[in-house]
Amino acid sequence: MRYAETGFDLEIDLFRGSIERVETDPRLTELHLGGLGTNAKILWDRVPPEIEPFSPDNLLIFSTGLLCGTPAPGCNRTIVSTFSPQTLLMAYSMMGGFWAPELKHAGYDKVIIRGKSPNLVYLWINNDKVEIRDASHLQGKGAIETAELITQELKEPKAQVAAIGLAGENRVYFASIEQGRSSASRGGIGAVMGDKGLKAIAVRGTKDVNIARPDEFMELCNEVLEYIQFREKNPIKGVPLILAGLGSPQEMSVNDEEWHTTNFAWGNARHRIKDYWNEETEKKWTESLENVRERFISCHNCPMKCGATINVPGLPTYMMKCYSKLTYTMASMTDLDFGFRIVQRATEYGVDAFSAPQVMAFALELYEAGILTDQDMPGMPSDTEGRFLWLLDIIVRREGIGDVLANGTHWAAQQIGKGAEVYAHNNIKKHEQLPLKLGMLNPIYFLMYCTGEKINITQIEGNFPQAPFARKEDREEFVKDWIQVPDEKFKQYFLDWDPRGERSIPYYPTIEATCEIVDWQEKMHYIDDATGMCAGLSSFPLKPPYHIHNLPTLISSATGIDIDEAGLSQAAKRNRTLIRAVNVRRGMRRKDEKPPEDHWKKRFPELEAKLLDEYYKFKGWNNQGIPTKESLHELALDYVSEDFLQRGILTDNEGTPSKGTSAEKEKK
Amino acid sequence: MKGEKKKKIVKTIKVDVDKCNGCRACEVVCSAFHATPKYSSNNAARSRIQVIHEPLKDIYVPVYAGEYAKAECAGRDKYTIDGKEYDECAFCRASCPSRDLFKEPDSGLPLKCDMCESDPPLSEPMCVQWCLADALTYEEKEEEVGEEEEKREELEIGLESLANKYGLQKIMDTVARMSMKG
Repeated sequence: MRYAETGFDLEIDLFRGSIERVETDPRLTELHLGGLGTNAKILWDRVPPEIEPFSPDNLLIFSTGLLCGTPAPGCNRTIVSTFSPQTLLMAYSMMGGFWAPELKHAGYDKVIIRGKSPNLVYLWINNDKVEIRDASHLQGKGAIETAELITQELKEPKAQVAAIGLAGENRVYFASIEQGRSSASRGGIGAVMGDKGLKAIAVRGTKDVNIARPDEFMELCNEVLEYIQFREKNPIKGVPLILAGLGSPQEMSVNDEEWHTTNFAWGNARHRIKDYWNEETEKKWTESLENVRERFISCHNCPMKCGATINVPGLPTYMMKCYSKLTYTMASMTDLDFGFRIVQRATEYGVDAFSAPQVMAFALELYEAGILTDQDMPGMPSDTEGRFLWLLDIIVRREGIGDVLANGTHWAAQQIGKGAEVYAHNNIKKHEQLPLKLGMLNPIYFLMYCTGEKINITQIEGNFPQAPFARKEDREEFVKDWIQVPDEKFKQYFLDWDPRGERSIPYYPTIEATCEIVDWQEKMHYIDDATGMCAGLSSFPLKPPYHIHNLPTLISSATGIDIDEAGLSQAAKRNRTLIRAVNVRRGMRRKDEKPPEDHWKKRFPELEAKLLDEYYKFKGWNNQGIPTKESLHELALDYVSEDFLQRGILTDNEGTPSKGTSAEKEKK
Repeated sequence: MKGEKKKKIVKTIKVDVDKCNGCRACEVVCSAFHATPKYSSNNAARSRIQVIHEPLKDIYVPVYAGEYAKAECAGRDKYTIDGKEYDECAFCRASCPSRDLFKEPDSGLPLKCDMCESDPPLSEPMCVQWCLADALTYEEKEEEVGEEEEKREELEIGLESLANKYGLQKIMDTVARMSMKG
């Protein structure tokens, strides 16, 4: 018997209309755990680098995490992996909600989709019965609407549905996959789903998920719940309210938005409004939120209430979580009332709430600069709110200039030309980023931005404070019960870190300490992305209930696989390195590893080059960011180095540096 | 002991639907607690508590499995509470043919909440312990009961009315005939 996992994947070929239930190799679970790890292994093995994202041979994988469906609180993430039409690299995006546990109970760890259906279809997984069903009546329907219609026609109110809206059907490069209160949004994975002609996957499962050592496992789950309650009563002092608690940032309950509205940039990631927040604004924003918020809601088996049911008068009800509350408001430079209104439409269309607002703000900048003209924008309303709604419609329908904008700021700028390229200024690896424009280079964030394989900062940062504390006493107070650190030295790094002076950014934390801090934070995310644990209880907040000291017990008591801290760290490193290898094989190199151009005003090219050099070394990569033969061997990834040698990506003579120099010139 | 009123502990779970956040932790831990061996598996479909939910209508009602009902009831009324329309079934504890709630998914046998009876007893049923939203709270009350006396009275009243209608002899004949049949 397999514990925690089912040991079976569903293989669906949408062209042939075939459905197979395939037993998986338990040895792969030991090596990669599951979730993102085994997804990467499948993509490495089965999708060669020449396969385009919109090729029938590209795979779209919906995976549960290893511990999804067990009683581990907060473990409910669905990990969707494929190749991105926007970055052309591996895309992995995740969603909470209820879908992954339902799939586990139906008896599967993953659904692996290949081929393209000639007509729009949806998949209905009801335990052992799996059907490909016609979805022509759902064409053009909203993502949430689709889920309602499917559960009604199946007469299965308990089925969980992941669906795309019109954006996915029209292959918008930043289309999302929506699932009630959650969405997998980054990297344009919804476009790949639409390209495959797959409107939705509905799941219902009523089978058991087994635990290897139940007493040990439940004791730990109960401890986790106790610690969550302790943290609720003891928010972190000295950090903005939005960062003081657990879960994803509590956007649905926190009314004090000073930190976001004054630190993050408005418009096309352009303007900081440092005096935006005042008493009057706070009063107005509080009213706006309280007028539309019907209830706080959670994902499967999680006590955190990161989401809310939103009811805007005159619009259909929808569910919101986290930062989409602010991205549309700030990109359009309007107010929160408009934010809540447009997110309803955007959720039904199924678009990424980071990229979509930025693409629209980018279009309006181009219009103001005369690069896009009235001829490009026929019928555009004159007011800002009207313009945003109009742009959203033409992008999602791919009408006129919307067809160009639907490819995201990078590709749209290339197509438009006339100097539009400089307006696509907030991207990493062609992907729109959080709208942040700051002063002094931060070495920790520099490395995370440059090297993160998710190409999205929120999926890498977390356990180490974002900024130093001003007062020494507060730092001492903070480290006192900081049980989550993998090593005591991290406490010292934090104690010694000053807001200014010698021990401040960009030169402190030192390069060595920076590498260790980045590696620790990233490692925790890779563990979560394999187990399906929500980052909000683990790798994202300060002092979370799950950490490197209790996760090995959680995993081994659930699965029966013996794993300790070293073993878990090694598995996370293996997964991390394999994803890098997938991207290296698709051409990603050091030259691509850059933060958004004007992310920081004060840049330090020499220091930045050194940071990358040292971090690559620390990770076991050469100076191009390519994993070396030795480090691949150490991770039992020899098949990767063999492939690299064959393709000439690595050479037999490791003493010879591969092409490119370490001190590449940064664009000023 | 004759004449003395009996005392019993009444176990109550108070359900505050306004506080439910729809996480279904109660379903998860209920099914895990009732697995054999304890906690060795979990499966919300086997849970003796089910959160009846319609998220877009803001309906979340945790309901406990009660008695088995052989047949569907006649009425399917609708209740409107605070502007939200609920099916009568949303509050019903019965394991009944009209729905798949409160039945073992494999055998279809009915399930019933036992308040997590165990030895040694738990401080609170597991669903309550895992509901950090406080939608479920547990209360124990001591109540005085004279159960048997009440029952005898009820039976007497019923028989009396039957006797008034059909005559005592006819009732006695019927009882005799029924007892012969076994």
